Amino acid sequence: MKLTNIQRFWISFVLSIPMLIQMLAMPFHWMMPGYNWVAFITTTIIMAISAIPYWKSAISAFKKHHANMNTLVAVGTAVAYFYSIFAMITGRDVYFESAAFVVVFVLLGDAMEEKMHDNASDALGKLMKLQAKDAEVMKDGKFIKVPLDQVKVGDLIRVKPGEKIPVDGVITDGKTSLDESMVTGESMPVNKTVGDTVVGSTINNNGTITFKATKVGSDTMLAQIVDLVKKAQTSHAPIQKLTDKISNIFVPTVLIIAIITFIVWYTFLDASAVEAMLFAVSVVVIACPCALGLATPTALMVGTARSAKMGVLIKNGEVLEEVGDLDTVVFDKTGTITVGKPQVTNIIGNQQQVLSVAASLEEDSEHPLAIAILKEASTQNITPVKVQNFKAIEGKGVTASYNGQVAFIGNDRLLEDNNISQEIVSQAAKLQAQAKTVVYVGLDKQILGLIAIQDAPKPSSKAAIAALKARGLKTVMLTGDNEKVAQAIAKEVGIDQVIAGVLPNEKADHIKKLQKGNHKVAFVGDGINDAPALSTADVGIAMGSGTDIAIDSGEIVLVQNDLRGVVRALDISKKTFNRIKLNLFWALIYNTVGIPIAAGVFASIGFELSPELAALAMAFSSVSVVTSSLLLNKTKIAGLS
Amino acid sequence: MNVIQLNTIIIGILLIGFIIWWFFGKHQEDIGTSTITNDEQTSTVIVNGGYSPATIVLKKGIPAQVKFNLQDSTACLSRISFEQLGINKDLAKQKVTTINIPTDKAGTFNYACGMDMFHGKVIVK
Repeated sequence: MKLTNIQRFWISFVLSIPMLIQMLAMPFHWMMPGYNWVAFITTTIIMAISAIPYWKSAISAFKKHHANMNTLVAVGTAVAYFYSIFAMITGRDVYFESAAFVVVFVLLGDAMEEKMHDNASDALGKLMKLQAKDAEVMKDGKFIKVPLDQVKVGDLIRVKPGEKIPVDGVITDGKTSLDESMVTGESMPVNKTVGDTVVGSTINNNGTITFKATKVGSDTMLAQIVDLVKKAQTSHAPIQKLTDKISNIFVPTVLIIAIITFIVWYTFLDASAVEAMLFAVSVVVIACPCALGLATPTALMVGTARSAKMGVLIKNGEVLEEVGDLDTVVFDKTGTITVGKPQVTNIIGNQQQVLSVAASLEEDSEHPLAIAILKEASTQNITPVKVQNFKAIEGKGVTASYNGQVAFIGNDRLLEDNNISQEIVSQAAKLQAQAKTVVYVGLDKQILGLIAIQDAPKPSSKAAIAALKARGLKTVMLTGDNEKVAQAIAKEVGIDQVIAGVLPNEKADHIKKLQKGNHKVAFVGDGINDAPALSTADVGIAMGSGTDIAIDSGEIVLVQNDLRGVVRALDISKKTFNRIKLNLFWALIYNTVGIPIAAGVFASIGFELSPELAALAMAFSSVSVVTSSLLLNKTKIAGLS
Repeated sequence: MNVIQLNTIIIGILLIGFIIWWFFGKHQEDIGTSTITNDEQTSTVIVNGGYSPATIVLKKGIPAQVKFNLQDSTACLSRISFEQLGINKDLAKQKVTTINIPTDKAGTFNYACGMDMFHGKVIVK
């Protein structure tokens, strides 16, 4: 029969009760009749049930030139137990209770730690359980319920109010509001209608919708989140290198200290062999490296799971350390600080002509500004003309032949090669001061006019930037846009510094420049266009959009495209890392203080630890570290109620 | 100082010397390989006071499984974690725990116990 640690603990605990009674009765000079025999029999059973696993593990570890906490427990209990048998035969005082209580407390610590470990790693299981079990899939014109794993990409799925969205997809019919808090951390329901994306495991509030599945199985956003968090939880934090090093030499060193303790007490301080042995056993028992080993992984586990619930995915333990040193946060402008859906606000020049040339040139482009122009053209019923010899001029714009003439559209860098009237220049400056991006449209080396496009900041950007500044961070905006436009937006949201006119491939260079100025830089961008900048920065924070979170660059991924996520990400990273440091500190203090006390350094002032108290202290050191990590679930994070 | 005390010192020093030599000295470690059947390779690691063998060498390109057989009933080795693979499993839940190792690329996967006290690695080459 195989017993669990908790079962072993209870059996051993019950068996040790007579010894406990005797211990408590000792000050009253009461001796249990036949105590030695009672203690011998109960302790022997406890050893057989509970200590032998430790002995066995220690012996096989020893054969492989390893030593671990089991070695310490085994040495401590074996010395106390076998000495007591020897003492019993030769008529000396016995110390069976030391051996018994050490095992009882070690088991208690093991069992509690196991339980809490399960609690800490359970968060992931909970995420996975959020999934719906089945889905109503359209088959032969009817909706029928099928198990989740039979849903295929392209299936039409109906979801009624109150049900869970089974997989990721795009709405084809109906409108509703969805509770997406389980993936984004945002508690406000989100309105969705035809064409909007839905994420599996979110909850449909009030309308019935039909959607087409785009991602199933391990491709869904939830599956990706779980995968990411799993990797983060098992990742190493660099601070752990310390414990890795310590763990290799810790136990043998403790054994050496125990031997020295015995020698010093026995030969130099003239203690009896028994007293010296008890000090040595206490040393062995208190010095468990468990707390040290648990300090980082448990905090990492709780911290990363908690942050995932808030829509902040931390990819590894390394980034937690970097976050603490940050002093600058650099933002991409479009789509990060701003909504990323620009709109045409003004057209200067011949409206018809300017828009027609612009729309024709931008027809196939997916640039956000191009989309804005095409939208405006279609509302004004202007149909784009087919163009030839299309050419993109990087960082400037595009050119093509339009009805036989060379047409162009782009930013002010394009002006170097073309003529422009003074009036248009001053018009452009005025628009730019209003935070509007200006594009120039020209034909045959003449500027025809301007299109002003505005991309408004997200409503939450200002508050998020204020919160970052309140934490003492410098905020910088990096943009390919014109200086004046950038300044106007920076002023609106409270950014400290603007670096404008940056070509897409120069973003990473500007990050490097900041780093050379002795700054620790975080870069916040959308993850697709900003990959080099994200990986250059000390901490890359990628803003997610829609359902795709498989963003390779960036150590932190925000599920929701909202700058408040940056504040949360920095907060939770810092708190998790501080918790790791706190855990390590306590674990180290425990041993550095505990070992001398156990060795009897303070015995002269009457302060010493018996082996059983040492075992109790050790058991609580691991439990307290795990508890401290679990408390990360309760710490306050900005922007969460 | 009497003879017994003197002897104690000598024995103590000898013991310390032995501990240093036994635990800190260089010792040969065994390396395990896999057995290939039906285009699948498996190898077994016995978990008892450590991992034996701690190092496993797998062949590239053949689907591989490493089976962890937990024979240790203390809490110390009951969890296993593969950092790069994002695996953190409780070995005590079943007798033998099978971990699938991707072998499409050559490389080394490190694993450790839950407290990061015991280490081993799986090498794909």
